[in-house]
Amino acid sequence: MDLLIIFISAAVVNNFVLAMFLGICPFIGVSNKTSSALSMGMATTFVMVLTAIVSWLLYFLILVPYKMEFLQIPSFILVIAALVQFVEMVIKKVSQPLYRALGIFLPLITTNCAILGLALLLSMREYTFMQSVIFGLGAGAGFTLALFIMSGIREELELTDVPKAFRGAPITLITAGLLALAFMGFAGMI
Amino acid sequence: MSKQKSNWYEFYKGIWEINPTFKQILGTCPTLAVTVSVMNGIAMALATTFVLVFSSLFISLVRKFIPNQVRIAAYIVIIAAFVTIADLVMKAKFPELSKALGPFVPLIVVNCIILGRAEAFASKNSPWKSVLDALGNGAGFLLALLIMGSIRELLGSRTILGYQILPNGFEPLVVMILPAGAFLTFGLLMGFSNFYLERKKRIEQQELIAKFRKPEVKVEVKGMEA
Repeated sequence: MDLLIIFISAAVVNNFVLAMFLGICPFIGVSNKTSSALSMGMATTFVMVLTAIVSWLLYFLILVPYKMEFLQIPSFILVIAALVQFVEMVIKKVSQPLYRALGIFLPLITTNCAILGLALLLSMREYTFMQSVIFGLGAGAGFTLALFIMSGIREELELTDVPKAFRGAPITLITAGLLALAFMGFAGMI
Repeated sequence: MSKQKSNWYEFYKGIWEINPTFKQILGTCPTLAVTVSVMNGIAMALATTFVLVFSSLFISLVRKFIPNQVRIAAYIVIIAAFVTIADLVMKAKFPELSKALGPFVPLIVVNCIILGRAEAFASKNSPWKSVLDALGNGAGFLLALLIMGSIRELLGSRTILGYQILPNGFEPLVVMILPAGAFLTFGLLMGFSNFYLERKKRIEQQELIAKFRKPEVKVEVKGMEA
């Protein structure tokens, strides 16, 4: 039950993109086509779960016992960068179609603040190992959901007559604002 | 004299010409997240500027020793070191602000403004110029956060920096301090600034056309005479 609440909270109530402002760059950059939005979402979810596992192990088994919490920021960012590189190499070796679908998005994920934010939040909230994995999964699902909805709306927006000055980023941000309003409806769930 | 001017330009351009938030659309996440009040915005901008200035300085100093292939990793380590300093100082000196900004102080590491300036400017220019460029971009970021913070705090809680500005009769627009308000404010600001710039450009173009039309007519007349 506890795990379910963490999942739902991370996925919809405290959605990473629409309620906590993490990962806005890919949200605006990669949300113009549904297909690439789905691929990006899946790649991010995959890296998020791995990050949750690795950063939990790093923080609670190495940094905390040896009183090196002050090294949290550099060690997290280096581990995430190495992890993304590693995932990219493994996917390239194991599955060519998967690499073609996710490959171009993987380097972008390193500087996605949603990933580092996830690692920082799970250490801040002192989640257990299982909670961290579920938190990563929920955050990834929420990110994919937001990206997918947004890309669907943007495909429709292409066909509408938006004032010239508002085309591109401004109208996307305003749409995101309306989407965030809609997501506030989930606030009563927990 | 010309050198003085170009140095001044390195500082000045970051404030509006290549404003990191409005023109380069970098560092969107903290811009949206921390501008619930003006104070948070100022604190965030100062912390970012501190990291930006010192990491630009150090990256510029060691730019000739870093092999090209590992430069990004090296930049990130330098940036992470300064972010750690900023985070620890804020936690010790301003615990309340640090709590209000939450994970966004450590997240300065992945703020694209810093890596962007490191890659685009500090890795190619002298330390002095890099510091000026970093200061300019920091000032531009501060300006953006001030504008966003003022609008949201004024409409959302009737105050600026905690002082009440609007009268009690004004019903606060609570949506402005919620996440949705951040997206709406930023989108509208960007749209209106585009609108203003496009109008200015169009007027300039018309003036340019008007200027060039006269000689053309003269040439035609001359040709006819011949």
